[in-house]
This record gives sequence, C-alpha cells and structure tokens, in this order.
Amino acid sequence: MIASLTAENLACARGDRVLFEGLSFRLERGHALAVEGANGTGKTSLLRLIAGFLTPRAGRLVVVSDHGQSDDGEERGKQIGWLGHQDALKPQLTVREQLEFFAALYSASPDFDSMLGQVGLTRQKDFPCRFLSAGQRRRLGLARLMVSARPLWLLDEPFAALDIEGQTMIADAMARHCAGGGMVIAATHDPLPLGQASIRL
Amino acid sequence: MSAFTTLVARDIRLAARSGGGAALALGFFALVATLVPLGIGADLNVLARVAGGVLWVGAVLAALLSLDRLFQGDYEDGSLDVIALSPLSLESVSLAKMLAHFLSTGLPLTLVSPLLALLFNLPAPATLTLFLSLLIGTPAVSAVGAIGASLTLSLKRGGLILPLLILPLLAPAVIFGSGAVSATLMGQSAMGGGDGLWLLLAFSAAACLLSPFAAAASVRLNLSS
Repeated sequence: MIASLTAENLACARGDRVLFEGLSFRLERGHALAVEGANGTGKTSLLRLIAGFLTPRAGRLVVVSDHGQSDDGEERGKQIGWLGHQDALKPQLTVREQLEFFAALYSASPDFDSMLGQVGLTRQKDFPCRFLSAGQRRRLGLARLMVSARPLWLLDEPFAALDIEGQTMIADAMARHCAGGGMVIAATHDPLPLGQASIRL
Repeated sequence: MSAFTTLVARDIRLAARSGGGAALALGFFALVATLVPLGIGADLNVLARVAGGVLWVGAVLAALLSLDRLFQGDYEDGSLDVIALSPLSLESVSLAKMLAHFLSTGLPLTLVSPLLALLFNLPAPATLTLFLSLLIGTPAVSAVGAIGASLTLSLKRGGLILPLLILPLLAPAVIFGSGAVSATLMGQSAMGGGDGLWLLLAFSAAACLLSPFAAAASVRLNLSS
C-alpha cells in the first residue's frame, strides 16, 4: 500500500517545448489532488509522468510504501489505476467480456454482476461495446478502475460525457476510494466534489 | 487463468471476431496458391520445384496482413496503457501477443499447407517437410513481425511501411524453409546440409527469444511519446 507520493521540482518537456517546471506537491494516502489548467498546459502529460510512461526532464517522483521508497516509474505503474481520456474498450467484446478481461489481467476476481449494477450497466452487460454511448463507456471505465483495486487512481477528465447521475457515481467512487486509504489524482476542468488540494499548471 | 493466458485468449478472440485474423490470412494464402499454378501452367515438374518457395512466400505475406493490428489497435483505443500498467511486464505482453498471432494466423496457415501443396503436385515427403518447416518458421514470422508492429504502432498508416521493415529480416526463414523442401524433393535429408530445418529452428528460436525484448523496448518508447 502506498503511504505517500511526492513530486520534487518536477519538469516535463515534449520535444523542445517545456510544459511545466518546478512542480512540487505531496499527496498522502486517503487524499485527492485535482490538477487544473487550461488546455495544453500538460495535465495529461503530468498523469502519464506519474504513471511512468514519460520520464521527467528534471526532478523526481518518490513513492513511499510498505516496501520503502522508490522513484522507479515502472514500479510505480503497478500501483496505478488508470482512467485515461480514451476508454480502452474493444468494439467486438461485450461489456461483461471486457470487464472479465480487465479483471483477469489485473488478477482480480470480483462479483461482475454487482459491479456492473453499481455503474448502472446491468441491462447492457451482453451488448458489444460498440453499441455503448460515450457516457456508458465511461461508466464501464469506472467499473474497470474499481475492479483493478489499485491504490493510486489517475483520472483524466473523469466527468467527461457523463450525465448527472454518472458524475455523482464517479464522485462517490472517488470518495469511497479515498476513505478506504486510496489516493486520487484527477485532471479536470470541473471542481472535484471532495474537499481536496489542487495544483494549477 | 493467469494474466498471460488471458491476454493470449483475448487477442485470439478479437482476431476471430473482427474477421481480420485467420480467415483473411487463409483466404489470401489459398488464393496465392491457386493463382501461381494458373500462371505457371501445367508443367508438374516445374510446379513441384517452385512449390516450397511459393508457399513459403505466400505464407509470410498472408501472416503480414494481420500484423499491423498487433499493437496498433490497442494503442489507438487506449487499451495498451491499461495493459502496460497491469502486473505483466511489457516483455510478457509482447510474447503473449506474438503467441496469439501465431495461434490465430501461423498455425492455421501451417495446417492448410499440405492441402495447398496438392495444387503443386508436391510429393508426400516434401509436403511433410513443408508442413514441418512452416510449423517451425511461422512463430519466427510472428516474432519478427511483432518488432515491426511495435515500431510502427503510432503511425496512422503503419501497415504500409511494416512489410518494408520486416520482409528483409524474414529472408533467412524463407531461404531455410523452402531450401529444406527442395532438399527433400531431391532426395536429401531435410534436416542436414546447408539449408536444413536445423538452421530454420535456430533462426526461429533466436527470433522468438529476442524479439519480446525488442518489441517491449519499442512499445515503451511509443508510450512515452
């Protein structure tokens, strides 16, 4: 279990263009962090940096866990639940097959029916994913996130395409995740419903 | 099921459902094998002599058809991000995808090859060698192909440049594979000599062992851009 995530003087560049530099923050377990900023300021890049896909131009990210502290990106990636702006769904697979695949990939064995019930997709469970609306795809993404049972959630625009009920659903899930000792970092334009810290890029 | 077998099973299922997997490759392979005898004419001796080369080239080209989707589909819809963060290392992910590609493409091609060899009047011993050489060699096609697929995964029309990248690398497989068939045809042992199945086996083993690392490195590079 992760105890904290600390960014020290982080800088990120894509090609020659520096997106941000001198970024420092600290996130303890049970807390959420909102990443705000205009389009193109590097919110998604920061999330990909934390996930270990990108390497920082300068500075470092330190995770403190039961196993000591580490700044290895790939090791950090194994603690992360990822909800990117793409939904990672295959049009040919049904909703249930898709969720079963993610669960087996992350070595989880949840109760699929209740999980799909929680995100309001019970009726659609045998639909191929190509028939889902954008909001329903997002809900399945949330189910995937909950199934993965990772301590650190990275969410890119989690409320995009969701109706009011869906937004409440994801906000509740984030609150429950934090209450259970997890951590959430969300890049968003909408204010997060949790009383949380925020950084602005 | 372990995460590894889950990924293999899912890729095979996707290949089967999108129609771009076994059926497409088999259809292409069968058409090539049908058209070449029509083009060459009914000289049975000539047909038997070219059978090994033509069927090997046909099988490699047929296997190429579905290669470009090996990583690209998962990259475009974000699945690759989720898979990369799973407990599997990217090396295992690459190996799983190669295995799935072999099982959904290379293996079916190998299984129909004796049938297509009939069109070339290939004698039974040489047909057996052809079958064995494809069984040994098509994993190498999937493995080398995976390197090419991982290099081109972020290109929109990556499928077009992919054959240029990997066909030269597959020349040894074609040479050793069709060479073994020719050797059998001329009454020599398929295993021995300068172009036997042993060399194909060595090439295939090296390709399958090394390419997961190469493909994983290239996926890593592409995910960071």
